[in-house]
Amino acid sequence: MTDIVSTIRGGNDPEQGLKPRSEITARELLREVGAVLRMSEADAAKLGDIPVDPSEDQTMIINMGPQHPSTHGVLRLMLELQGETVLRCKPIIGYLHTGMEKTGENLTYMQGGTNVTRMDYLSPLNNELVFSMATEKLLGIDGDIPERAVWMRMLLSELNRMSSHLLFMATNGMDLGAVSMMIYGWREREDVLRFFQKVTGLRMNHNFIRPGGVAADLPEGWRDDVLHLLESIPPRLDEYDVLMTGQPIWRDRLQGVGVITQAEAMALGATGPILRSTGVPWDLRRDQPYLHYDEVEFDVIVGSYGDAFDRYAIRLNEIRESIKIVRQILDRMPTGDYRIQNKKVTPPPRARIDESMEALIHHFKIFTEGFKVPEGEVYVAIESPRGEIGCYIASDGSATPYRMHVRAPSFVNIQCLPHMMRGGLVADAVAVISSVDPVLGEVDR
Amino acid sequence: MLAVDTLLDHIKLWSTETLIILIKVVVVFIVGLVGTMLMVWFERKVIAFMQNRIGPNKAGPKGLLQTLADGTKLFFKEDLIPDKSDRFVFKLAPYLAFVPAFLVWSVVPLGGNFADGRDGTVKILGKATKLQLADPPVGVLLLLALSSIAVYGIMLAGWSSGSKYPLLGSVRASAQMISYEAALGLSLATVILVTGTLSTNGIVTSQFSLSRWSIIATGVVPFIVFLIAATAELNRPPFDLVEAEQELVGGFNTEYSSIRFALFFLAEFMNTITMSGVIVTLFFGGPQPLKIGGNSNILSFLGPFSGTVWLLLKVLVFLYIYVWFRATLPRLRYDQLMNLGWKLMIPLALGWFMLLAFFRVGQDEGWNRWVVGIAGLAVMGVCAGLLQLASKVSARNREREGAMF
Repeated sequence: MTDIVSTIRGGNDPEQGLKPRSEITARELLREVGAVLRMSEADAAKLGDIPVDPSEDQTMIINMGPQHPSTHGVLRLMLELQGETVLRCKPIIGYLHTGMEKTGENLTYMQGGTNVTRMDYLSPLNNELVFSMATEKLLGIDGDIPERAVWMRMLLSELNRMSSHLLFMATNGMDLGAVSMMIYGWREREDVLRFFQKVTGLRMNHNFIRPGGVAADLPEGWRDDVLHLLESIPPRLDEYDVLMTGQPIWRDRLQGVGVITQAEAMALGATGPILRSTGVPWDLRRDQPYLHYDEVEFDVIVGSYGDAFDRYAIRLNEIRESIKIVRQILDRMPTGDYRIQNKKVTPPPRARIDESMEALIHHFKIFTEGFKVPEGEVYVAIESPRGEIGCYIASDGSATPYRMHVRAPSFVNIQCLPHMMRGGLVADAVAVISSVDPVLGEVDR
Repeated sequence: MLAVDTLLDHIKLWSTETLIILIKVVVVFIVGLVGTMLMVWFERKVIAFMQNRIGPNKAGPKGLLQTLADGTKLFFKEDLIPDKSDRFVFKLAPYLAFVPAFLVWSVVPLGGNFADGRDGTVKILGKATKLQLADPPVGVLLLLALSSIAVYGIMLAGWSSGSKYPLLGSVRASAQMISYEAALGLSLATVILVTGTLSTNGIVTSQFSLSRWSIIATGVVPFIVFLIAATAELNRPPFDLVEAEQELVGGFNTEYSSIRFALFFLAEFMNTITMSGVIVTLFFGGPQPLKIGGNSNILSFLGPFSGTVWLLLKVLVFLYIYVWFRATLPRLRYDQLMNLGWKLMIPLALGWFMLLAFFRVGQDEGWNRWVVGIAGLAVMGVCAGLLQLASKVSARNREREGAMF
């Protein structure tokens, strides 16, 4: 019984938890707070206001999560509160750890897509894209991907950015108590997902973008569907502006909340809307162009205050930018193959298998053993809706990766939480989590 | 006796009077319960339409019986009492929230004949009586007292749970409800000043024409303050910090389950209806018909029920407004709520009360109305400036001291 109690009290690893102020030494506090907050020792030492007598400890440690309704899944935050003010915060992760990176080592490159697509389940196509691009780079076929496949990848990844940001609009509204916004955001996202379903057969976890191209061509009438999306969503975004952006309560709740400076954001490795909210115009689509992003016109939206409102506004306007990009993609979508004509990578069409012995062998080899990838290592990064998502693959020449690692933007971004929450109220803590927009599937992998 | 009802002056056991009072008690009780049931349905349905959903539609016609189904389900759920709770207070708290919500109904005039300045008495079984359970001469004070008691229910519920989130909720509750009660009381005082009575029946009687409705007679501002303060008092969005699902999980009722939770739920919705009833009584003439131009009561064809229908219509408007609030507005933060309450609502209500009082004095003394108005507004402006200055200075001092970490 005591074992159980002590296990519960300390969690699986007692060192992980946040200790009450009366139980820690100044050095520990300095290490914990100073390191996370990127402070000089002198600044951190000022925080070491530790009562000697435990009864003088006026603070309360409260667990927010992993079952809390607004921690976006199973994030657990230990907060030290004084009244309602958050003094310290420690994110504790691992509640959704399913060993996906390890699983990736046992799946062939052909199967890998099904695995990575489940990491950031709100932008699955971006995960697939980065994994496919890494594999193609290892194979040395990254220059040979057919044009139509490249433009299709761009189309899907931009639509995915829209659906992801629309979901952010929904959850951000909900976390701040604007419950209707939740439904509105989901309604628009649903439209985008319906298009995905038409194209890929699934609403999420598509495994559509694969090494060598995409799984299938666009279905008939896709252009009308996309045009319908592009026409229906902008007026809805204007409605969001009315409902939230200009709303005094909304502004009061977000402006000046969860502020992070440029230097801090960069030191903590934040990317995506969090980094851009501090005014750093860093967007991999423009700064390290991949696919054909260098051929389309779009603006990189930056903020100036680094607060939750900036992050909200950036995401809202990035939806508009994505719409702009999708319009250009529609104009430039070429005809042709949708996957590379390489027998080793692309399975033959069903009809060929009946006719050709060679095709049958290729089909058999690809689906049993998978294709072999030359030895080497590669890192490819693209801009997911949450920031830089990178895929590192080390290959030993076999049909499965020797090591597959994903640099998940959410994982890096939640490091900013303790920093942003400091000195805020409990309600601000919720706004801050929401504005970081983490996806726990990606954090824990 | 308490002079709450003329019927009670010469009371005899087992007389018609007793029967009438019993009927009234039963009717008020049933109206309260059924009204709450319909209110939950109404809220869910309206908010569903605002959010492109269908809302409850399975239990009963148009889902009308959904609340009944939910209540039945909750009734049969396991009742959990946390180990660390204060068991007695934990069990007591739901009733402290529930009973005052019911009692408010007893002083709200639910109908009656107010035509041509009549005082709303009707004849039931040959006896003259009012269509309200009780009409104590201090009816308005009773309202305030009951809403104060309701704070205890919520505060004690959170405190006795022995858990951290409910504790935060109850701390918020006590601060929020007490500070908004001041604004509530001050804006209510203007109504008393204008109507000159504390009896709810008297307040309704004095609002016999549109220009005498308190909302116009007191100059709209007290009504707005009252509406906002009432929303805060009810813990409804955007002031539902006490529950704040997204922050405090469930706030004060996190640890409650089964019928005890249902009681809190009922109390909250019943409070919404009673508060709408109170707003209508105080500012919109209660069962008084809306007379525009020379038109008299357009619902007069309903005969003796027209007053009740008028009340119902007016209450429905406010219920809709409350649902609308909930569907539209994000929640305020704790410090913003306190700022709004102490720095805007209370000074505004107090200033307006003083202004109206000044007008009254001016009327009695025969001073020039315009001079009185301009002087009053000038004094109010100066006071607002001083308040602004004071809060700025104290904010600067606070910043200089620095927050402790």
